[in-house]
Amino acid sequence: MVAPRTFSSSLAAYVAGVRSAWTSVFMVVLAGTYIGMGALAHGVGLSSWWLAVSTILVWAAPAQLIMISALSLGGTLLEVAIAVTLSAMRLFPMVVALLPLVRTPQTRLRTMLLPTHFTSISMWVESLRLLPGIDRDFRVPFCNGLSSGYMGTAVVFGFAGYYLAAGLPPLLAGVLLFLTPLSFFLSTVRNSRTLIDVLALVFGFAVGPLFTYWHVDLDLLWTGLIGGTAAYIVHRIRRVAS
Amino acid sequence: MKQAMLDLGPYLVLILVGFLPNEVWRLVGLLTARGLDEDAELVIWSRAAANAILAGVIAKLILFSTGELASIPLTVRLVAATCAFVAFMLMKRSVFAGVLAGEAALVVGGLIFAH
Repeated sequence: MVAPRTFSSSLAAYVAGVRSAWTSVFMVVLAGTYIGMGALAHGVGLSSWWLAVSTILVWAAPAQLIMISALSLGGTLLEVAIAVTLSAMRLFPMVVALLPLVRTPQTRLRTMLLPTHFTSISMWVESLRLLPGIDRDFRVPFCNGLSSGYMGTAVVFGFAGYYLAAGLPPLLAGVLLFLTPLSFFLSTVRNSRTLIDVLALVFGFAVGPLFTYWHVDLDLLWTGLIGGTAAYIVHRIRRVAS
Repeated sequence: MKQAMLDLGPYLVLILVGFLPNEVWRLVGLLTARGLDEDAELVIWSRAAANAILAGVIAKLILFSTGELASIPLTVRLVAATCAFVAFMLMKRSVFAGVLAGEAALVVGGLIFAH
């Protein structure tokens, strides 16, 4: 067991977090994703500042995509809100799995508000990988630094995409769209060290496409509920057996 | 909808249909995780559920692509994902190398087979 990385101050931990963000593969992924988002916002006639504020406040690419496309297609406010909240349910298990890793027993609830708001797929995947190697007293600032690094990248490239909008050749647009599944795929595989992690992924890969193919409503939530619970049950049985 | 944007103002619409319905699940998570440590059963289950959802998202994005990615045939997308995985394993589990290899395969396949 290597000694966890420690820091001279919270600021140093925060800066180290920002640096981790800017040297990770998700930097490229977020840049690609938000160039696409910027182009979309431009296409439907929203302002670039509105997109930037939505990136900061919503901070979930799927929810932003749903919101922007549904608004432009003329959905009612209630319809858009429901579609967004259904896509956001996945944030619940992510937050529950992440926060116990971030805080100390003394950490106040309000200190956790920022890491809670920052929770999104890229930040979640990287935090689960990096935080165990960080001194527990510095995990909150490190995590906030990591997330601000990602968010800053997303905001800047949202503007870039907005002003580049019309000029993206189709193949390049396809390459940008492919960044997200590829990087999520490889980094979740890299992060899976325990049996339950591996099983949850395998079950998710197996069950998810079937639900989508059969047009089951809320396919992703069912995937999480069934795939996750199945992995959890195998984990419990093995623990009892050993 | 465009009318609502005009009536309420775009930023109020953003808060009502974007921020609030999204943020509520994070806050429910925050309250649920209070007092739980890493080994709590609910935390272990949540991690498994979140991983399964993530796998579902990945599979969906590759198999049922939308936008410009949909113009690249499914076979090319699957071969590209396989190339990414092989490169990732060969290069000491480097995500960066894997992504690079997968994108390169997608570009080559896209140039030959795109419709």
